[in-house]
Amino acid sequence: MTVKFTKDHEWIKIEDNHVAVIGITEYAQHALGDLVFIELPKMGAVFSKGANFAVVESVKTAAEVYTPVTGEVVAVNNALENDFDLLKSESDGWIAKFRMTDAAELEGLMDQSAYQDYLKTVE
Amino acid sequence: MKLTSLHGNHLKLNARMGEFAGYDMPLYYDLGVLKEHEWVREHAGLFDVSHMGQISLKGKGAQDLLQKLTPSSFEKLGINRAKYTVLLNEQGGIIDDLMVTKIGEDEFHMVINAGCKNKDIAWLKDNLTDGLIFTYFEDWALMALQGPQSEAVIKDVLGIDVSDLPYMGLWYKDYTMFISRLGYTGEDGFELSVPNEAASPLWDRLLTDDRVQPIGLAARDSLRLEMGYCLYGHDIDANTTPTEADLSWIMSKQAKEQASPPTRKRVGIVLTDKGIAREGAQVKTKSGEIIGTLTSGGYSPTLKQSIGQAYLPIEWTMTDTEIDVDVRGKLISAKVTPMPFLKPKTKGKV
Repeated sequence: MTVKFTKDHEWIKIEDNHVAVIGITEYAQHALGDLVFIELPKMGAVFSKGANFAVVESVKTAAEVYTPVTGEVVAVNNALENDFDLLKSESDGWIAKFRMTDAAELEGLMDQSAYQDYLKTVE
Repeated sequence: MKLTSLHGNHLKLNARMGEFAGYDMPLYYDLGVLKEHEWVREHAGLFDVSHMGQISLKGKGAQDLLQKLTPSSFEKLGINRAKYTVLLNEQGGIIDDLMVTKIGEDEFHMVINAGCKNKDIAWLKDNLTDGLIFTYFEDWALMALQGPQSEAVIKDVLGIDVSDLPYMGLWYKDYTMFISRLGYTGEDGFELSVPNEAASPLWDRLLTDDRVQPIGLAARDSLRLEMGYCLYGHDIDANTTPTEADLSWIMSKQAKEQASPPTRKRVGIVLTDKGIAREGAQVKTKSGEIIGTLTSGGYSPTLKQSIGQAYLPIEWTMTDTEIDVDVRGKLISAKVTPMPFLKPKTKGKV
């Protein structure tokens, strides 16, 4: 399964049937520090590429999470509300799943190695 | 950016640094904000607050001048006792909030906010009368040891018994270290003032005790917010008066009599629904009218809910008044709550 990354530190995995699974990277979690609240999207909500669909809040700041693809929310990881540590999990740390409408939107996103290079520039 | 004399100690401890009032300060250390906050409530936390200004006013008329520039009376304040007060401008607005310790008759030591240092010093100097000596202790550091185990740590690590020191009391033996029993956390605790060159070794020595952890400014903010303490530039500023800020307890009888009744007042706000409201969030009535803005706000690690402060019109300041707070366009139910949000554990006797 391909994983792509955004400059805002979201990761996006593409499952079959044009379903995109979105979470935030370890770098983002580390930068935020201790998390205290997460605002999840509603099932069935539709977001366009670049829209803010979730908010992850630490003691100090609220960080908006953006979707890199346009689509409808088809799954929400409600377990995160009670366990922010789950975000770290590769398999269970996703925030929401979207049914993509335009796979071309994935073009231009970074792959793993490009993201690692990018991290070196933002340090 | 300016550095405190403990800057190197913070870097050695791998602190996450950030700018505050022109200083490069530790925001949090390896423990992280939440655990640091809890640590202070349960053990003893060590803070670098050297960015704050330490000044003194000495000479005949010092007390009169302080009584002119603040709404407080210092007449009944004992020697080596501190008092919280505010500097007021000519319009009665708050220039800064500060701790004033009476060292002797007509000799006062003050700790002022980092971001207000320049204007406070200028204001005091402008108002100096003949025979008054103003001193800025630029080469002195200040650290705070806060939490229920602080007294024991000071005894065991420094060999100084402060068990008899009352809340708001000052201890010193020679002129190398001044220990005051006060703080900004609501816990029993102390502030230690030492010359810059003594700061780094003292910091390291205190940290050798397992009961002590270094604590950054992020937890300092969440700790003070739970106590409903004001943060200058946010909860109080030149456009707020002591009565509006609900600080009439610092006012002398005379100042109270002269003050006009406020039309708005600083209150505590607790979110009763899920979410976190921060500074700048609008406070609305249940019918949607905007009645104020949060001047501070955030997550309370102890209460595990969102708390904040706001100035609301007097008619909306009754405890348990139901309101909404607008968080990114979403209305979250909240209510007016008395402050402090938690019961302070500072030593009772004064």
